[in-house]
Amino acid sequence: MEARIEEHPILGKQEKGKKVTFTFDGQELHGYEGEPIAAALKAEGVMIHRYTQKEHKPRGIFCAIGRCTDCVMIVNGKPNVRTCVTPLEDGMKVQTQYGVSEKHFDEQS
Amino acid sequence: MNSVNDRSRDIGEFVPAPDDDMLICRCEEITKGEIRRAVHDGMWTMTEIRRYLRTGMGLCQGQTCARLVKGIVAKELGISPAELEPATSRAPMRPTEMRILAKEAQD
Amino acid sequence: MKRYDLIIVGAGPSGLSAAIEAAKRGLEVVVFDENEKPGGQLFKQIHKFFGSKEHKAKIRGFKISEDLLKEADAAGVKVVLNATVCGMYQDKEITVRINDEMHHYKGDTIIIATGASENMVTFPGWTLPGVIGAGAAQTMMNLHGVKPGSKILMLGSGNVGLVVSFQLIQCGCEVVALVDAAPRVGGYGVHAAKVARTGVPFYLSHTIVKAEGEDHVTGVTIAEVDSSFKFIPGTEKHFDVDTICLAVGLSPMSQLLKMAGCKMEDNPKRGGQVPICDEYGRTSIPGVFVAGDVSGIEEASSAMIEGRMAGIAAAEYLGYIEKEELDSKLEELDAALDGLRQGMFAPKNRGQMIEKTDEGIDISTNLLKKGYVADDEIERFPGVTRAKGIHPVIECTQNIPCNPCQDSCPKKCIKIGANITALPAIDPEATCVGCGMCVASCSGQAIFLVDETYEEGYASITMPYEFLPLPEVGDKGIALGRSGQKVCEAEVVNVRTSPAFDKTHLLTMKVPVEFVMKARFFKKEV
Repeated sequence: MEARIEEHPILGKQEKGKKVTFTFDGQELHGYEGEPIAAALKAEGVMIHRYTQKEHKPRGIFCAIGRCTDCVMIVNGKPNVRTCVTPLEDGMKVQTQYGVSEKHFDEQS
Repeated sequence: MNSVNDRSRDIGEFVPAPDDDMLICRCEEITKGEIRRAVHDGMWTMTEIRRYLRTGMGLCQGQTCARLVKGIVAKELGISPAELEPATSRAPMRPTEMRILAKEAQD
Repeated sequence: MKRYDLIIVGAGPSGLSAAIEAAKRGLEVVVFDENEKPGGQLFKQIHKFFGSKEHKAKIRGFKISEDLLKEADAAGVKVVLNATVCGMYQDKEITVRINDEMHHYKGDTIIIATGASENMVTFPGWTLPGVIGAGAAQTMMNLHGVKPGSKILMLGSGNVGLVVSFQLIQCGCEVVALVDAAPRVGGYGVHAAKVARTGVPFYLSHTIVKAEGEDHVTGVTIAEVDSSFKFIPGTEKHFDVDTICLAVGLSPMSQLLKMAGCKMEDNPKRGGQVPICDEYGRTSIPGVFVAGDVSGIEEASSAMIEGRMAGIAAAEYLGYIEKEELDSKLEELDAALDGLRQGMFAPKNRGQMIEKTDEGIDISTNLLKKGYVADDEIERFPGVTRAKGIHPVIECTQNIPCNPCQDSCPKKCIKIGANITALPAIDPEATCVGCGMCVASCSGQAIFLVDETYEEGYASITMPYEFLPLPEVGDKGIALGRSGQKVCEAEVVNVRTSPAFDKTHLLTMKVPVEFVMKARFFKKEV
């Protein structure tokens, strides 16, 4: 599935910022500068943003407007960043969040 | 005294239900069963439930679960959700780091 | 600490409207909004609005938002974005997070216009990635240009569920089903009908049993529920989907008011925890006002009027205008608001089962249960008539406050009258010239032009069309009925596009004449 809407019947062609490169768990992905990190991830097919602290369950986008905090990830080393309201920047380092850590649960002491 | 605050009222025993493992508070990962049990442990107000279980004390501050928790507690008490006082609203409304909270702008 | 005459929290339709009215009367106004862009949810509304001219009917939501911003700018309103109001305290003091700092501001008056947040329902698997709010879907597709999913199930048949389903189809997603636990469609019938005729099945009295998938949604099971909302065994239905969209209502986002000590109440008619306030938004704290969804869930058109009321009330509170001006202005706005609060879906009728229109016509039961008016029900409505030559067929079957069709017709074919909730009727004396203005102006996409004498044995049907790719003249395909099921073969004979139609294309297909009252949508053969 092509997740980006190339042309919309009402909104036309949507203007985007500069195309940038960022990393998701070390993998190079592309997105547009200024769009929410979550939108860039969604367009690249990433659905899981984090695994929860207690039950280790996957979570992703839920409200997309910064309220529910389910889409938080580790961005440039900082945990609990709401990716749906944080603009993408060139070279950003985005990581899956395990609990509040970038380390997989097995590696957390 | 209305029935909400009458703690001598008998609400019966906790009866397990098949959906007790349903997650309600997404942030703190609290289940419906835990909330129902808390009511039978004597937590009859939203504020008590919140302090006891941490429902609505996570990153989102109850944005998603407040209404759901209220419904469960009310049902357990046999009252309407409208009769339950909502939990206290507190700053900062959105997840905010302590370093920012402590940084007063000079204007 | 900076002091303002008026601080407004929320730059959505009500907040901006309040700001405009207050600033025009000389107040120094600042509006704080936590979002990156102003306009609140209006920017995500790409459909044409209902109402009458004074309510900006037939204008698309995002355009209304752009106009409001221009008006605010011209009035000298300062809008601060990415500014999260974190706390509200005694004596109208607020704390605002801007970038990495906390700011304190004091307002001589404050208007809270924070809007609402989405309600959610629980079911096994509801925390899986791929289960999203309808608002999230709208944000992703209409603001960020990213499809929320490819195969989607919508839960909720209120206006939000219906409108978002249509928008999902518009951006190229497949909506596999529209589901609601209630026995009847909650939103406007016209919104339901335009979704149903594209082929989306409606499942009323159904809800989600579980979302399936290990680490993201791969499917969903729904089942029928009885009158006490218990699942009926054996009625389960499975759909392969990657996304489940929840549109199950809104709750006022009133926490700041509670924090500040406003008297609150839990009012189910207004959607939950709301401040106790009068009709102009005055709360229990003098100088603190509310407007829009935070004081009771309605929609953007009424929020804009409430905002204007609160802005004017704040101006009077601070002595910028006299009581006489306040009273006369409020009276005018009251009338506008009253116009919107009429009809079957008015707040006062919430939860009531209405069986007949104001005209005494039985409401279509099929519309309420399946999302479309059945073929044997449609001809009892006054907009649906047969005539020689081209003429409009108006499938508007519920009393809703909306009248752009009446003004759109240059030949005065369409009559609604002074009461804007009346069903449109066709004036048999007037002659339709087939211009199509009514088709494009109908916010509910419920008007068709029909010509039973188009060609020997064939009729033409002109419909509003807002999808891509746009079919071309000569394209062959199938005509779908109101139910979204195939009724016959069809060929596109005309496609009209005009700035006056505002992105609604007019697609004309020809079908065998016997299907003229059945065929209502065109699907190209692939």
